[in-house]
Amino acid sequence: MKAKGTVFRYGDNVDTDVIIPARYLAIQDKKELASHCMEDIDTDFVKKVSKGDVMVAGKNFGCGSSREHAPMVILESGISCVIAETFARIFFRNAINIGLPIVECAEASREIGAGDTVEIDFDTGRITDVTTGKEYQARPFPEFMQKIIQSSGLVNYINGEQK
Amino acid sequence: MGMTMTQKILAEHAGLEEVQAGQLIEAKLDLVLGNDITTPVAIGVMKDFKSGKVFDKDKIALVMDHFVPNKDIKSAENCKCCREFAKEHELTNYFDVGTMGIEHALLPEQGLTVPGDCIIGADSHTCTYGALGAFSTGVGSTDMAAGMATGKAWFKVPQAIRINLKGKPSRYVSGKDVILHIIGRIGVDGALYQSMEFAGDGVLSMTMDDRFTIANMAIEAGGKNGIFPVDERTEDYVRSHSARKWTAYEADSDAHYEQEITVDLTELKSTVAFPHLPSNTKTIDEITDPVSIDQAVIGSCTNGRISDLRAAAEILQGRKVAKNVRLIIIPATQAIYREAIREGLIEAFIDAGAVVSTPTCGPCLGGYMGILAEGERCISTTNRNFVGRMGHVKSEIYLSSPAVAAASALTGCITDPAAL
Repeated sequence: MKAKGTVFRYGDNVDTDVIIPARYLAIQDKKELASHCMEDIDTDFVKKVSKGDVMVAGKNFGCGSSREHAPMVILESGISCVIAETFARIFFRNAINIGLPIVECAEASREIGAGDTVEIDFDTGRITDVTTGKEYQARPFPEFMQKIIQSSGLVNYINGEQK
Repeated sequence: MGMTMTQKILAEHAGLEEVQAGQLIEAKLDLVLGNDITTPVAIGVMKDFKSGKVFDKDKIALVMDHFVPNKDIKSAENCKCCREFAKEHELTNYFDVGTMGIEHALLPEQGLTVPGDCIIGADSHTCTYGALGAFSTGVGSTDMAAGMATGKAWFKVPQAIRINLKGKPSRYVSGKDVILHIIGRIGVDGALYQSMEFAGDGVLSMTMDDRFTIANMAIEAGGKNGIFPVDERTEDYVRSHSARKWTAYEADSDAHYEQEITVDLTELKSTVAFPHLPSNTKTIDEITDPVSIDQAVIGSCTNGRISDLRAAAEILQGRKVAKNVRLIIIPATQAIYREAIREGLIEAFIDAGAVVSTPTCGPCLGGYMGILAEGERCISTTNRNFVGRMGHVKSEIYLSSPAVAAASALTGCITDPAAL
């Protein structure tokens, strides 16, 4: 499985309140929710994002509330992968559980620039900045998590186990 | 190698003699929690499970607390969805308007959380129950759904940070100041993926309400959970609230901690977190330039308990809220509200010029009941001061204890209660 797209760059501690503000949390429709993704720190995001694009951020991405709406709106926006130095742990679980690809790589998180074209190979953990030609290696997931990811989320994984 | 308290509870619930940090385990759950924001999403996910049934109707708690009494049609629809699900599955622990309270104050009060439990909740502040010596952690809606369907959850056994509390704090220094001080020291990701294990003689001087506040904000340091040892205070609390059997776990003397920090409670001062991170802390004496405020909020799962209201009332009693300041006080549960009426606290609040609301998470997450306009500043006893958290993206939130929030409401500027 591979992803390729243009980079949107953010800093450290991007919290779930800016990914999807609580004032929209009563909304159930995914498309409507996604139309507010990142709006408190980047009003251009929803206007510019196209399918396959990549988010690159610093430390502790997704900190704050447990709202699954956060990875959900990022996925719904068309983002194919989030690269960060580290993820906040509830966001990390939620992303894996709903099938939003995420990778941790400190070097890539520091060096990849906004607007670069980036390719991620999820099988090998290889990240290529096509614009600069530089390559990075993401930390691999434990086998158990890879199984959840390969099942496209926790529900399919559990249903598969109960066969 | 020895195990921490958290590791022992996880080992027991995974049916293992021993676990080690980093190990992936599947643990049995004693309680699965959800609220009116996260549960509707989980109910949607539940439909995708083959079984479609809940694992145990007594071990699921649904608390309608974020947007109730409902603020709009959409939130009313969400609560209706939860209500119908609770009815269909005959859930014992469904709390709606009239019986609800803010979930993390309500569940211990109802005796649903006891020492040694393994709990997940689709709310990040589920870590609160660590105050009772339970392992409890926040998850998302899919994990909640899987927990409701299977009674189990997967965990990576966390590494630990040991936080040694020493001595007794001075007057006006509370659990909130302790946890803000710790977050200020280690940062908002200082305990990322780790358990925060509180220990030391200073634990004795922390009331149960202090411990709930401290464990509640473990997530604000990135922690997986915060956990306190079980002592006489815990036992008294559990005995008076729950009929459930419980187990007290103790950390092994040779348990491994990645980091140990010591907090001398005797030296702590009232602490305020400035915008826009809970780690951006200053002690009250470091605030030299006056910080004027438009609103003060006293409440939430962090600081809406009876001792918080008593601390606020002690300061507000016989005084008046400053002109142009709105003081909003929110008891966290119906029982706390009732007790506050009985003790005359509510009368003192109203006489001082505050408004008192029915329990709700409301303003903490910018839901309703105290939204901020552009450029406004609020001092709040809640847990997060992120950009736009309480309203306009150009509003500001300062986090503090109830005593500091009450004192600030009186003067109109962030104020040391000791200076009044």
